[in-house]
Amino acid sequence: MVKVYTSSVIDAPADRVWGHIRDFNGLPNWVPAVADSRIEGGVPADKVGCIRNFNLKDGGNLREQLLALSDYDYSVTYNILVSPMGVQNYVATLKLTPVTDGERTFAEWTAEFDCEQGREQELADDIGNGVFQAAFDNLKRQLGSQQ
Amino acid sequence: MPKVFRSTIIDAPVETVWGILRDFNGHDRWHPAVEESHIEGVRAGDQVGAVRNFKLASGGQLREQLLKLSDRDRSLTYCILDAPIPLIGYVATISLKRVTDSERTFWEWRSTFDAPPGLEAALERLVVEDVYEAGFAALSHLLSKPGQTASAVNEAPRVTVRPIARTVARPIRCHAVMIDSYGSHDVLRWREVEVPSPTAGEVRLRQAAVGVNFIDINVRAGRYPQFAPPLTPGVEAVGEVLDVGEEVLGILPGDRVGYVCLPPGAYAQYRNVSADRLVKIPQDISDQTAAAVLLKGMTAEYLLRRAHRVRRGDALLVHSAAGATGMLVCQWAKHLGATVIGTVGSEEKARVARDNGCDHPVLYTREDFAARVKEVTGGKGVSVVYDGVGRDTLLRSFEALSMRGHLVSFGQSSGAPEPLDIGMLTAKSAKISRPAVFHYIADPAELRASAAAVFEQVRRGVLRPTVRLRALSDAAEAHRELESRSTTGATVLMCG
Repeated sequence: MVKVYTSSVIDAPADRVWGHIRDFNGLPNWVPAVADSRIEGGVPADKVGCIRNFNLKDGGNLREQLLALSDYDYSVTYNILVSPMGVQNYVATLKLTPVTDGERTFAEWTAEFDCEQGREQELADDIGNGVFQAAFDNLKRQLGSQQ
Repeated sequence: MPKVFRSTIIDAPVETVWGILRDFNGHDRWHPAVEESHIEGVRAGDQVGAVRNFKLASGGQLREQLLKLSDRDRSLTYCILDAPIPLIGYVATISLKRVTDSERTFWEWRSTFDAPPGLEAALERLVVEDVYEAGFAALSHLLSKPGQTASAVNEAPRVTVRPIARTVARPIRCHAVMIDSYGSHDVLRWREVEVPSPTAGEVRLRQAAVGVNFIDINVRAGRYPQFAPPLTPGVEAVGEVLDVGEEVLGILPGDRVGYVCLPPGAYAQYRNVSADRLVKIPQDISDQTAAAVLLKGMTAEYLLRRAHRVRRGDALLVHSAAGATGMLVCQWAKHLGATVIGTVGSEEKARVARDNGCDHPVLYTREDFAARVKEVTGGKGVSVVYDGVGRDTLLRSFEALSMRGHLVSFGQSSGAPEPLDIGMLTAKSAKISRPAVFHYIADPAELRASAAAVFEQVRRGVLRPTVRLRALSDAAEAHRELESRSTTGATVLMCG
């Protein structure tokens, strides 16, 4: 099982960052690689169990299911049903924790998955850096001052 | 039930911050509200269940117990046992997470507690401001890299803590005692030396007090050919950390530490030493006392509790009972409830030994100590002999043993004994061991536990070292005196 952990500090209060990323259908608003997204069946995006169907700017298509959502803990957990990456049993959690000293947010994105032997490092980099870190960097640009 | 949560970002890698925070007893080094802290009893600071007993800068005394520690999750949980303020059922957790994109650390500190009605807000404010936020600011300031803009803490820390450079980054010119060839005490020379910056895993110390031990004499005399001149003798010292090398965790410049280690090199004003050999010196123990008692005390500790376990009612024999190590063995053994028989070389030393826990001092110049042992023990002999003399005594020490007794040959101040015929042990089903202290403190956890036990016994007044002070530059004279066997107690060389 490959484990990926990426964390960052965003210069904005946690409730504001949460407001920005809470929408399970809102990836195009803050993840650079994502072009468009819809919730299958027209179901509300915060109904646990709903499925987001989205396309990447480079053409790939993914379907991910919402497993858990918490406005209390500022966390969302989802798994991948379909993707072009070649991962199985992929579950990820995105969680925010307030940094009370300075109105900042500590953001953590973790993923666990299985894949073909030999591809572990490549996929860990693609996901950890290419997806998670890129998204955090974008969030910082959108919401925070420096850092 | 008030619930408090505060968090911050520290500009240092998570391993560095955890190295400091995981030391449950170390908070007096960085938290402005804590003046002095020690662990009760004989536990290490990272032993779950340990109780830290500390004094606040404002004057109160608190006791807190470590409930949980996880190096994997970098978190620890503790509770208050006694406090001068009504934080009832107070349980707190500290936990750290790595900020992967910038070598920084996310630190969260949270607690729950009950408060008398009407006092919730005031107590919450006290915990938040005087404990958590003050702690964040102080540790952040301590670890901030020089030249960087301060992290986003807008107000100045409550207590001014000097930001300390991690390395001084230049060699230090100073003095050390060296030998160019093996020989007697007059080969010891006062030399100017240069001590480079510490390398990875090392720490550079400004030494305050150096412990003199018999091994120093043996090294100087050439009995350890693996240590070849030119060399600086000495295996034990106490001092202040000047700077630390890469990959050193949990140790900050300014810490008061002591060490026991090989290869020799302690007779110096400054010295680089491997960080895993260091123990922190509690604030209530002076440099001189620590240097007098560290190696010899840990020797007594492992002899009485690990090489052999002495119990209440046991009878034991120790040679050189008025010597520096012998005296600590007598004091500690008496405290354990043993009957202590000790050999000494003069009436004066017999007096000293008796004043320090030796029930039956024996002048070996006048009496056969094995015979006296038989007399004292009703013919049975002692269950353990601690023989640090070697050649002159070993066979008689064997005579003094009881059936199934244990002969612990831990030193050879008179020279290496003749080879022994193992068959002679059968007559008593006796045990013989030849331990070296370094093997009993090689593991850093065992080192810390042994040192903690020694400091605790000093604090309780069980170990009362007699200390003779000399200047480091007088090392030759110190050796001459020690070899003349006219001294009692421990010699410590002060770096001045």
